[in-house]
Formats: sequence, C-alpha cells, structure tokens
Amino acid sequence: MSLLAINDLSLSIGDTPILHDIDLTMQAGEIVAITGESGSGKSMTALAIMGLLPHGAKPSGNIVLDGADILQTSEPDLCRMRGNTMGMVFQEPMTALNPVQTIGDQVAETILIHEKTTKAEAHQRAAAMLERVGLTVSPKRYPHELSGGQRQRVVIAMAIVLRPKLLIADEPTTALDVTTQARILDLLRDLVREFDMGLLIITHDLAVVADIADKIVVMQSGRVVEAGTTAHLLTHMQHPYTKSLFEASRHAVSLPDTIQSAPMLNVQNINRDYPIARQTLLGPRPMFRALHDISFQINQGERVGLVGESGCGKSTLTRAILGLEDVQGGQITLDGDPVFTGKHPNLAVRRKMQVVFQDPYSSFNPRHRVDRLITEPFHLLKQPPKGQARQDAVAKALVDVGLSPDDANKYIHEFSGGQRQRIAIARALIIAPELIIFDEAVSALDVSVRAQILDLIAALCRKRPLAYLFISHDLSVVRRVTDRVMVMQAGKIVEQGETETVFSNPQHRYTQTLIAAAPRLPDLGMAV
Amino acid sequence: MIRYVLGRLTSLIVSLIVASIVIFAVIEVIPGDPAAFMLGVNARPDTIAALRAEMGLDQPLITRYLAWVTGLLQGDFGQSWTYKTPVADLINDRIWVSLPLAVYALILSTLIAFPAGIYAASRRGDAGDVTIMGATQLGVAIPNFWFAMILVLIFAINLRWFSAGGFPGWGDPLQAIKALTLPAIALALPQAAILARVMRSSLLDMLGEDFIRTARAKGLSRRQALWRHAVRNALIPVLTIIGLQFSFLLAGGIIIEQVFFLPGLGRLIFQSISARDLIVVESVVMLLVFTVIVVNFLVDLAYAAVDPRLRTKA
Repeated sequence: MSLLAINDLSLSIGDTPILHDIDLTMQAGEIVAITGESGSGKSMTALAIMGLLPHGAKPSGNIVLDGADILQTSEPDLCRMRGNTMGMVFQEPMTALNPVQTIGDQVAETILIHEKTTKAEAHQRAAAMLERVGLTVSPKRYPHELSGGQRQRVVIAMAIVLRPKLLIADEPTTALDVTTQARILDLLRDLVREFDMGLLIITHDLAVVADIADKIVVMQSGRVVEAGTTAHLLTHMQHPYTKSLFEASRHAVSLPDTIQSAPMLNVQNINRDYPIARQTLLGPRPMFRALHDISFQINQGERVGLVGESGCGKSTLTRAILGLEDVQGGQITLDGDPVFTGKHPNLAVRRKMQVVFQDPYSSFNPRHRVDRLITEPFHLLKQPPKGQARQDAVAKALVDVGLSPDDANKYIHEFSGGQRQRIAIARALIIAPELIIFDEAVSALDVSVRAQILDLIAALCRKRPLAYLFISHDLSVVRRVTDRVMVMQAGKIVEQGETETVFSNPQHRYTQTLIAAAPRLPDLGMAV
Repeated sequence: MIRYVLGRLTSLIVSLIVASIVIFAVIEVIPGDPAAFMLGVNARPDTIAALRAEMGLDQPLITRYLAWVTGLLQGDFGQSWTYKTPVADLINDRIWVSLPLAVYALILSTLIAFPAGIYAASRRGDAGDVTIMGATQLGVAIPNFWFAMILVLIFAINLRWFSAGGFPGWGDPLQAIKALTLPAIALALPQAAILARVMRSSLLDMLGEDFIRTARAKGLSRRQALWRHAVRNALIPVLTIIGLQFSFLLAGGIIIEQVFFLPGLGRLIFQSISARDLIVVESVVMLLVFTVIVVNFLVDLAYAAVDPRLRTKA
C-alpha cells in the first residue's frame, strides 16, 4: 500500500476552481517534488493533505494517507494526525516560530499534545531532536536569537520529533542563502533515509527539484501536467509546459559585446560603520563595520554583478552608491563628481543613476497611476518635460519595456508581477540614466517571467550602451547577464573578475563554497 | 533585562523632570502674576504684594522651582490658598477614593474585555462575534455619565442594592467597595468596549500569522493555537491601551465623581481651578503626571515580561 494516494482531488473556493483532478501517489522513504509557478496550486495541494484548507474551501475526491481518507476525517482526528502521522515545514522560517516561546518549548509542545508524558521527558526528547537536526544552540533560546537557517532547523525538528510517516516541506529553502540551502537539503535527505518517512517537497526551483527528488510532479493552473521519476522526466519530458519551465530556468540571454570605455562609477576604499547598542549604560556606542575598504570601478556600458549571502553588505553598498547615506572613509564618484555632498545625495549625480528593487508588489504607491509612478525620477531634472513632451517620454518608456502607452492611465494593481517589474524598469529608464542598479530585481519572479525580464534587459543593452550593477544571491542569473562579477562576504569584496573566469575557476575559498553549494540543473542533453 | 529596566528607569526620571518644568512654567510663569490671578481683578495692590510674599513669588524663578521640587520630594505640597490646609492632606483624603476607583474600574474593564475580545476573535463573523462587536459599538458611543445615571436608576433607586452616591470611608472596607461599585462599572464599561475591540483585532492579526499555521500543523486545535500562541502575542497593543486607560480613569473620573458625589481628585482639581487655587492645581497635576509616568513604566516592564525580544534589545 502506498503511503499517500491522492485520487481526483478537485478543490474550489467559492466559485473559483483551484485544483482539478489531482492524482499523486508516494511510498515511504520516497522524496517527491511538486513544482510549478506561483498560483499553480502546489501549496493548496499540501494544505489539503494536512487537512488545513482555508475557510470555505470545497474539496472533492480523496486523499488517502496511511489508510485514512483525510477529506472524510473529523477535525479532532485530524488534530491527532497532524504532527503525528504527517508534519509540515513552511517557507518563511523568520515568522514560522512563535516569538515569545523558547525553541525547546515549541518542539516539546508537539510531543506534549500528542503523548501522555512528563514535561521533563518531552523537553529532553525535544533537546535531542534539536541536536539531531544540527542545531548547536541551547533549547532555552528564543527564535529572534537564531539565524534563518537555524530557525528552519527548529521548524523541521518540530515537524519530525514524533517521526511522522509523511513530511511536507513547502519551499523550505527558498528564503535561505545557497550555502544554508545546501545544508538544509542534506539534512532533509538524511532524515528521510534515517526515519524511512516520505518527503513531499514543494518548490519552484527546478535545480533543487532535480537535485533532491526521486519523483517529480509538475503542476500548472491547478492541474498535474506531467509526473514521473526524476531520471525519466528530466530526459523524456513530454508536456510543453514542463519543457518551457526547464527552458526558462536555463534561459540564456544574448548580451551585446561590451565596448572599451572610460571608467564611470568609481568606488574608492569606502568603509561604512553603523553604531550598535551600547554595552554599558553610558559608555561609547560600539561601531559595526558593514563595508570594509571596498574599491571597484564600473565603466560606461559595463554590466557588473554583485553576489553574496544575506547580511554581507550588498544593500548597504547600494545605498552608499545611490548617495542615500554617507560613508566613513573613502569616496564614491560618478563621472568624477561625488555622489554624496554634505547631508544630501548630489542631485547632479543622482539623475545619472536609477534603481530597480526586488519586490514588484510593495515598491509602488498603489494610489498613483502608472503615468505618475514612472515619471517620479523627473524631479531630479532641472527642467522636466511638460505637456506633450512628458506624454511622449512616458509612452516611449512604456513601449521600451514592452508595455503599451495606454497603460499609463492604469493603476499598479491591474498588472502582474512581471509587468510591474517592467514598470519599475520603465521608471528607471525614463531619465536615461548612465547606471542602473538592479537590486535582486528578478528574485521574486517566476522562471518564465524572469526569463522575459532578462531578455528585456539584454534588449535594452542592445539599443544603447547601458551600464548596470546587478545584485543577486542567484549565481546562475548573475552569470548570464554580467560581464564582470564581484563576490562579497562580510562587508569585503573577496574576489572580482571576468564573470566566466570567476565562475569556471574561482580563486577564493568563499567563492568556491558558494558555487559548490548552488544547486544546478543537470545537463539534460534533450531537445527542448 | 537589567539594561532594559535601567533604560526605562532613566527615561522615567527624565520624563518626570521635564514634566515638572513644564507644569511649573505653565502655571507660574506664563499667565503673568499668579498672585494677581488668584485674587482676581478687584484686588488691592497691597493684598497682592502680601500674597506674593507669602507664596515666595518675590524669589527668583530657579529658587522657586527648586523649592517646589524639593518640597514635592519631601511630601510638602504647600499650603492651599482656599482650604487653608496643607495640600498634602487634601490629596491624601482624596487619593484613597480616586486610586481604588481607577484600579477597580480597570480590573472590571479587563475582566469584561479579555473574554469578550477573545470570544469574538475565535468566532469571527459568527453571531457571537457580531453581537459582541455591536455591544462594544454601543459601549464606545454612550457617554459614561449616562451609564452612571441609568445604573443609579436601576440599582440604587429601584432595586436599592447600592446607595446612589457618597463615600463612607475605608473604616468598613466592604462598604467602601460597595460604594465604589456603581461608579467603577460606569467608568469601566466604555473602557471595556474599547479594550475588547483592541483585543479582538490584535488577536485576529495574530491568528493570521505564520506561527499559528505552524502550531496547527503540529496538531493543535484552533482553540489550542489561539490560547497557547496567539493570546500572549496579542497582549502588546492591549497593554498599551490599558496603560492609557488607567491615566484616563484616574483623572478623568471627574464626571463620574460628580454624579456619585465622590470626594476624589477630579473634584478637587475642578474646585481648585474654579477657586483659582493654583498651589493645589499645580501639585495635583504633578501628582497625576507622576502616576501616569509610573504606570507607563510598569507597562514597559509588562512588555518585556510578555516579549523576550525587548529584553535583549534594550
């Protein structure tokens, strides 16, 4: 008998159908990956298996887990099963734990609500499980004292402390750095082997899927479009959607060659210090050095990448380049002029730089029309275009990013994530800056949309020499869209050089670790 | 944790110093001559001069401020101009009405609001939730003195369970509490309505958090997840409101004190203002400010007890 058998699972919320005729089986000890883009129904399928569907969801079909049909099981029985028969790990480790309870208490709680045992024994077992998942800190610590990777270990410990038969992990490593991701995936693999449990992993990251799964299930708009063992599916994929997904995630862009040009942005030996909390009541405030002696140049029309893990100083560097904050040593100049003068960004320089941020959902004012949103940089100009000239500029910027001039009168909520990122790029382009900073600009996008945006960036480069600093934690993307790359660790640039050289022959140990940890799509040798 | 408490304590002391300067400035410096103000427009110049000497107004500002503050620290609040008794005695008589009344009302309001807010949040959208929210809407809208009169009408005049007003003193604690019951209820109901709404919305926010979903995935029922994980997290905004309400209850009970003929601080300050007795006004206002600041300090400590993140930050 299989551990989990889903037959004809359909689901609607209100009148909106969410899932259609899902079929899926898995055995104990097997790792099955569900993949697909956002909104494909991956998470809803997982919640259905947990019996944790949102209010008003109407499921049909059956989900047989360990002999019991989840959809027919009463809520009290489901409570007895959750944590016991099936456990779940969620995407966001930063918010998945109760901030006011110790991690030991939270793991022990899983034991205490399911088994009649003493508190002392439950805490002992919780501590043992925390150690098993590789956590080296005391169970008496609170979640806020732990890093994202450590918190994810706590969440995993909580889900598996009673050795459930099925563990569901919904994007368990998406919010983590690559090196942490590699360690968490190793841990999950080991646990599956040790406990002989089934692992249903949900992820949009095809490289992770190819790396860890025994079986792959591809979902699109609430349907399973293709499923099979990993080896078979990777070499014999049939469905066009599966093919397009894999094609998009390995999508190569064709950048024009760089031209020999003069240096434009010059970052010279900069340091950035932040005051941190006093150690004694009236003592001096100690400083934290976020950037150590950073130096680099970006030439006109040059495409430079910046990679590094969270907290390494990427965002601090962005703010310093944009002249939003002063630096405590060294100088940043653009075309010879300092970016920061006294208390303010130097406006003469600022109009030569624009930035595109990560989150296309929160980086726009929802009450303004697109027209007003993308003309925001005009305030940097001494004589912004007015009347017809302004309308023409708006229309041109929208057309340049593949949108229609009519979109100027719409509000931002009328656009999809990918379209919003196009609007963000239009906003950056409208004053024809010399340098654009892409700060994780494609990280929140689905692979197919990401491929389109990367194509758009390449197309813009072909139109006119565009210099950019492309900041990302995703090494594979940086490799595809940059000429030169810098690797940053703990506030220092540890390696920089030609992108291909750095990636194929990394010199610094940290670069080597990063590249080794990044999951890669296997070379499939198939016609896609 | 020690650093957090020391930090809050420093802020408490600084707030008190700033508050004392502001009160001193507003009452003694800004309106011109306090003695002339207290005696009114028809006073003879020599009477004013006499009062000025009596109040020490011929001294320099700094000396007067320091004398006032050192007096306060030693429990010497000065001599009331109208009552001709030490202000300390006036306050001492009344604080034992106002303070217990405020605490009593606060306890009642919390006892009503917590269960009501938690119940409403746990049954969001159900009849119970709608009923409670409707009731709190009324509670917020209806003024407390009207409540007070209705309470007197029902429980004092018709049922004769309580007296309609007055305060017998703490000689018989049971009688004293009985006398404070109707005023406390009248004060508590509108506060409870506000608090219940805050509790409900704060809980609903928490119930949408990821860690509630994690708790449910562990096998906790909806109710268990609410009690074990949501309630404590929801307390922070509730504590803020409780702190603000206590300040209001202490000084803002003036109308209720009037309705129930209670000799409280509210009435004292009202009478002192009417009689232009600035010495009393100054000291009572300082006392109220002191209480408010201390209550806020306690609320800060309560935050730290609830939320471990505050203990380490400082």
